[in-house]
Amino acid sequence: MSRRPYIRPVSKVSWWLSQPRYIRYMAREASCIFIGAYSGVLVVGLIRLSQGAAAWGAFLETLQSPVSIAFHLFALAFALYHTTTWFNVTPKAMPLQFGQTPVPGGAIIGAHYLGWILVSGLILFLVGV
Amino acid sequence: MSNRIVELEILRYNPETDEEPKFQTFSVPCAEDWVVLDAINYIKDELDRTLSYRWSCHMAVCGSCGMMINGEPMLSCKSFLRDLPDRIRVEPLTNFPIERDLVVVMDDFMDKLDSVKPFLIPREEKTVDEGEFLQTPAQLSKFKQYTLCINCTLCYAACPQYAHNEGFVGPAALALAHRYNLDSRDVGRSARADVVASNAGIWECSFVGACSEVCPHGVDPAAAIQQTKIASSVDYFRDMLIPGRRS
Amino acid sequence: MNIIKTDVLIIGAGGAGLRAAIAIAELDPSIQVALISKVYPMRSHTVAAEGGAAGVAREDDSFENHFNDTVTGGDWMSDQDAVEFFVHEAPKELTQMEHWGCPWSRKPDGHIAVRPFGGMKVERTWYAADKTGFHMLHTLFQTSLKFPSIQRFDEYYSTDLIVVDGCCRGATAIEMRSGQMHTFSARAVIIATGGAGRIFPFTTNGAIKTGDGMAMAYRAGVALKDMEFIQYHPTGLPGTGILITEGSRGEGGLLVNKDGYRYLQDYDLGPPDPSPRNKAMELGPRDRLSQAFWHEQKKGRTIKTPHGDVVHLDLRHLGEKKINERLPMVRELATAYVGVDPVYEPIPVRPVIHYTMGGIDTDINAATSIDGLFAAGECACVSINGANRLGSNSLTEILVFGARAGQSAVQILAADSPQVDEAAIHEQANAAKARIADLFLASGGGETVSGLRREMNDTMESGAGIYRTDASLRESSAVIKDIRRRFADIELQDKSNVYNTDLIQVLELGAMIDVAQALIISALERKESRGSHQRLDFTERDDKSYLRHSLASFVKGGDPEISYRDVTITRSQPGERVYGGGEQK
Repeated sequence: MSRRPYIRPVSKVSWWLSQPRYIRYMAREASCIFIGAYSGVLVVGLIRLSQGAAAWGAFLETLQSPVSIAFHLFALAFALYHTTTWFNVTPKAMPLQFGQTPVPGGAIIGAHYLGWILVSGLILFLVGV
Repeated sequence: MSNRIVELEILRYNPETDEEPKFQTFSVPCAEDWVVLDAINYIKDELDRTLSYRWSCHMAVCGSCGMMINGEPMLSCKSFLRDLPDRIRVEPLTNFPIERDLVVVMDDFMDKLDSVKPFLIPREEKTVDEGEFLQTPAQLSKFKQYTLCINCTLCYAACPQYAHNEGFVGPAALALAHRYNLDSRDVGRSARADVVASNAGIWECSFVGACSEVCPHGVDPAAAIQQTKIASSVDYFRDMLIPGRRS
Repeated sequence: MNIIKTDVLIIGAGGAGLRAAIAIAELDPSIQVALISKVYPMRSHTVAAEGGAAGVAREDDSFENHFNDTVTGGDWMSDQDAVEFFVHEAPKELTQMEHWGCPWSRKPDGHIAVRPFGGMKVERTWYAADKTGFHMLHTLFQTSLKFPSIQRFDEYYSTDLIVVDGCCRGATAIEMRSGQMHTFSARAVIIATGGAGRIFPFTTNGAIKTGDGMAMAYRAGVALKDMEFIQYHPTGLPGTGILITEGSRGEGGLLVNKDGYRYLQDYDLGPPDPSPRNKAMELGPRDRLSQAFWHEQKKGRTIKTPHGDVVHLDLRHLGEKKINERLPMVRELATAYVGVDPVYEPIPVRPVIHYTMGGIDTDINAATSIDGLFAAGECACVSINGANRLGSNSLTEILVFGARAGQSAVQILAADSPQVDEAAIHEQANAAKARIADLFLASGGGETVSGLRREMNDTMESGAGIYRTDASLRESSAVIKDIRRRFADIELQDKSNVYNTDLIQVLELGAMIDVAQALIISALERKESRGSHQRLDFTERDDKSYLRHSLASFVKGGDPEISYRDVTITRSQPGERVYGGGEQK
């Protein structure tokens, strides 16, 4: 008799339920679905715009339906979650160091938020709000 | 010894007698400053000499005694009973085949370490008589963190990518490659790229980040992998845009 | 039985074994090296060394200083030709480590930094923060992966050497994961299995340091040299025995008793400068510091804890920044294991068994009395460490003499005829296998490995600790004899093949009993006090009778036979060991 290493089965479906950190990871990954869906809405909007004023008006009206508003709230929440989780890991992916002193993670994250605000501000300015 | 009795549920497996692993519970009278390893040593010495596990240094540096403790990959010599409930579940590290009891098969990990060429490929040849390569404290601090890996493999036990694709080179080995890539004395990055920047290497990682959360020495393999992704993407675009960079 | 043929067999894959393997692979890639170890190389106990490795680096230092510090520190028991060779090779080997990528701490200009250590006239300890052994081991292991001629056999427990016609021809080893016994047939064998601190109950040593290689060589006929000299490190954490590096005193840490008094000044180690000068006070040698603790304890000036008496190591004045930069591991260990953050509180410490100065008798070439058998590292006794090892010489020793052992093995291969008597190898391998098989068959004895081990540990501490007497040693000797007798009645509870740690622990205990007995008898016969060997009944050093190495030779079923060999003196005549203010002229 001798060796017979035992391999424990891993569930292909429910593995991510076994650990809170895996659930958080899946939530982060799942958030992209709503962001993708929202991009889809924007593309539809562009198409409707190219089809003339009536089509565009109908599109705007659809956006005001309760279902649409609910979807947008969801998408906004997930977009925020998506943004904050990714911004929070940026110091890992892009560490900066001056001499021997590493730039604190908070500063790198802060710079991303700052950039976000500036870009948003610029867009709002360009569209004339 | 204090009066606290801790129940240890240990996953046992003897390949010569057991079809599959099963839990066995031991009651252990524990001192308040004990770690889980002390309780396991008590079982070995006083209750059941057939229990098999690895350990040596008892100071969290040799990397032998990684186990799942209440579902979390940890060094048993650094898991204090005072931080744990009275019932503790101890299993061999997940994502590795079980050899016997708490001993797992390490072959795959050792092969992965070897595959990333984890040694200095020097920028210039120099004899010992010519003295050391110069390296400023700032240059050292760029990679120092990634030299701290003790090869305990907790990160492999935590990594769901490794769980589903055993071809994945994995956190510790990729972090070690990154350590040498960042070393100012080293020029081996392209030699390591075949393995490191492959689909089984950094691109298999989806940045779950579990490896870094369980690392007992703050090595942060997830960071190493993301940094390598950025560096190798930059390489890729440079090679595309600058003619003649790569023949 | 499975036979694995190789050119050089190295037993033990810690610092010395890996360095030897690399030396051979670099000299001649066509030489096959089999590197076997009972643990994965990264687990070897080199990993736990903290403070650093000694080698002359500064302009104001010299080989002569390193030589004198080593010889004086060893209380003139070191062989001076070996020390001479060692101090000259040291900086080369440490530079070689740098070339292999070892992350040595640096000065701002990029050159290697050195720190002071105990018993050292000028700073010469190279360090990688306070994880020097860890970084050296991983650097050596990772570098070894470059060489295809090095074939590793991880988790193979070596049981017996094979000696044919006075030549070492290999060894037998158990592959732990299958339980299968393998025979390694080789033309040269290097033992690099580390020390035997585990014969004592309270030690910095990991569980694996059970003197296996020492016992193997000893049983095969090589003498164990100077076994009575075992080092207590003055600063271990109570309870676990975890090492707090001497580097913490090198960086300015102070030792105080329960009154906050720096007691070392009462033991010829003063003056108590606020920051100790080299070779004084906290930077005195380890034997003196551990002995001073013993006296303080007798005077009732130590602090009582549930894990025995302690004194305090105070690092608070160094400040958080320096502690984090130079001593991060000390902070981590003290915080985790005794709940003390050294930035805010002094660390409780007490002397703890740390290092076996003695070991397998080798010459300056790492060669033993058996042709083709070499030894290096803590398991060997060259001897450079004499009666008390200087802190940070051992990490350098594994490099210098590991490499030397490799080179010596290569030389002997060139001279040796490759013809080996295979029948004789088979015969010995079968005998080794039968010995293991007998262990599986034995039943009804009722003795357990844990019970006997505890008794051995206790008697070693009570009879052969910091201070010894004729009576204490005789008592321990009797206890060990009794343990040896009962060892035959040990019964394996685990009769399986796969990863049977019960079996391995029995074999380890067998090795420890042999080593413990050699230690006790050597100590009993050395009727003087020198370095780490202190006798309450013979309190003076006696150069006339004992400026000689003790050699313990194995006698089956009885006490070892003790003989002596003169210490090699080249240029430093024995004098008084003076530390503290008296040293500064």
